Amino acid sequence: MISGISIYEIFTLTSILFFIGIYGFITRKNLISILISIELLLNASAVNFVIINKYMYPDALQGVYFSIFIIAVAAAETALAVAIIINLYRQISSVEAKDTEIMKY
Amino acid sequence: MEKFVFYILAIIMIVAAIASVSSRKMLRSVVYLLFVLIGIAGIYFLIDYNFLAAVQLTVYAGGIIVLVIFSVLLVHHIEMELEMAKLPAKILTGLLCLVGLGIFLITIYSYDFKVVENYKSTSVADIGRGLLSYDAGGFILPFEVISVLLLAAMIGAIIIGKGDKLTKNDEIV
Repeated sequence: MISGISIYEIFTLTSILFFIGIYGFITRKNLISILISIELLLNASAVNFVIINKYMYPDALQGVYFSIFIIAVAAAETALAVAIIINLYRQISSVEAKDTEIMKY
Repeated sequence: MEKFVFYILAIIMIVAAIASVSSRKMLRSVVYLLFVLIGIAGIYFLIDYNFLAAVQLTVYAGGIIVLVIFSVLLVHHIEMELEMAKLPAKILTGLLCLVGLGIFLITIYSYDFKVVENYKSTSVADIGRGLLSYDAGGFILPFEVISVLLLAAMIGAIIIGKGDKLTKNDEIV
């Protein structure tokens, strides 16, 4: 644990990051910006797992494993999302969310 | 000392996150996200999980940011300005987020977390043994599942990224 820092301060930090991510997710109109907001959300939640593990159950490692799995899923999700965005750009020459009307090709 | 490092990291992360969701230039927004991710790696270093910090730096800062920058450069002009939401929508969303944040913080501060004083450090070997153990509480099955998921996601990304060229070639052959 970090000396001098309580668990509440770290939770405050991650909550702020999480809601900044939600704000970006709702207000942005661009697919890549939405992807960036999702990264913020995933990171904020991954930090929470690790913090609870370290502060409350220091003998266990489950929080670390969940955090690693979150990072792996985020990597897979980003790769797929980038592939979808580039394929969409080839077909409709735009990555704005409002132009995205087709699912099949 | 660690206290000040944490506060500096926290301020950098919050400022960079706000800049990342409100910047009108696409590439700058990605670079601000990079600051947030490096700040989170710094927090992992502070609570002494060096392995996680290394994973965060290589996978997020090294891999995901590069992927997103590639897609930005392929899709946009660098100077292109983003279309933003209208001001009333922004204010409404901001207010809703503040209300949600308030509820979160009230819930967190009214709950009594049973914090254990400890300054143990975890070695990478412990994490590896836990991941590969097949005893009760071992994580071998999720570990294998996540490797299959990553493989499937990469193959899917290649197929989707290639688009309809792949199917056309099949028809010719």
